[in-house]
Amino acid sequence: MNGPHDLGGQMGFGPVAPEPNEPYFHAGWEKRALGITLSCGAFGAWTIDESRHARENIPPADYLKASYYEIWIRALETLLERHGFANAEEIDAGHKLQEPAKPKRVLTADLVAGVLARGGPCDRPVETEPLYAVGDRVRTRNFNPETHTRLPRYARGKTGVIEAVQGSFVFADDNAHGRGENPQWVYTVVFDGGEIWGEGADPTLTVSIDAWESYLERV
Amino acid sequence: MHEHDPHDHDHDHHHDNRYSDMQARVRALETVLTEKGLIEPAAIDAIVETYETKVGPRNGARVVAKAWSDPEFADWLRQDATAAIASLGFTGRQGEHMRAVFNTPEMHNLVVCTLCSCYPWAVLGLPPVWYKAPAYRSRAVIDPRGVLTEFGVRLPQGTKIRVWDSTAELRYLVVPMRPEGTEGMDESRLADLVTRDSMIGTGLALSPEQAR
Repeated sequence: MNGPHDLGGQMGFGPVAPEPNEPYFHAGWEKRALGITLSCGAFGAWTIDESRHARENIPPADYLKASYYEIWIRALETLLERHGFANAEEIDAGHKLQEPAKPKRVLTADLVAGVLARGGPCDRPVETEPLYAVGDRVRTRNFNPETHTRLPRYARGKTGVIEAVQGSFVFADDNAHGRGENPQWVYTVVFDGGEIWGEGADPTLTVSIDAWESYLERV
Repeated sequence: MHEHDPHDHDHDHHHDNRYSDMQARVRALETVLTEKGLIEPAAIDAIVETYETKVGPRNGARVVAKAWSDPEFADWLRQDATAAIASLGFTGRQGEHMRAVFNTPEMHNLVVCTLCSCYPWAVLGLPPVWYKAPAYRSRAVIDPRGVLTEFGVRLPQGTKIRVWDSTAELRYLVVPMRPEGTEGMDESRLADLVTRDSMIGTGLALSPEQAR
């Protein structure tokens, strides 16, 4: 979707503000927000792609003024309600008002180290051979789905070169919407700065994205 | 009950007010989920402790220092970063599929996630706020030299810049160039020269003088 998250090339946000000796957390609630979000992810009720899409669906004005952990919490509330674990009324009240859906698992303290160390690999075998090889010229498709996609707007309809065939991975655009993992080959596609930004582009710049095969067409 | 019509502006505004006090909102959320037996506060403590004390940019610095010292390891890192990094014990969440990109005098690498905040947690820990914020995510791909200036980095005019937008599940670690005057240093001293920002590409490795 063309949401507020798709920021590449937008202007007006001002300079980057690196913070010397930045702490990992800027408030106590941010620690809890991280832990709650990861704990709820362990329910096994939604995928990382669905959670990204929930974040993208925050109205643009709210998204852009929210801190990142606030974005996480807003999206988490959407997911909790969608999957029957908790609703806004309960969170407003600060207490349980109804029985939740049953999660596949509850992350208890003894499981944390193992779960974090395992992570969630999303490479999957596919039956097909990759359509493209290193050095091939490809054009990214120009589409504007209302659903989740990982092809940024700035890189749509652009011609680049396949730099690497990275393996086959869960297709985020489908997986975010419960349409299955439908793995595809993923390629690193590199573009000249001028192809993307046109006049005035930094002549020393190249930009790459990692693109699923169905984002690409042969040139 | 709430309608879930995205065009219901009253609803949106009402909903927005819920987040005016994040401390209270998150406490309420934790209470509700704990009462329901869905989360365990001790697990949250353990997650926080992991990312405050165990998983951070010192992990990545060890990878870089080893790559500087051991050409065989550097080759392995180039060919199969996930396995090479795992051999040092760094695995897991947001480090499942690693790629290492090496700076050279001709090419400087810079990593961004324009779409969210993808970041190699297993080697760098939690991302800093600026990495997740719109200014960096919007500008890194269109004006990387300007962004680098804000970090105090000025590259020679002739150095090319390659920006890696982490749009899929690959996570990128920049291997900065080894500073001059570090011959004979062991891996542990070399690791002290490797900053977090140098592994994102918004910094360079420190010289021995800078590290003092």
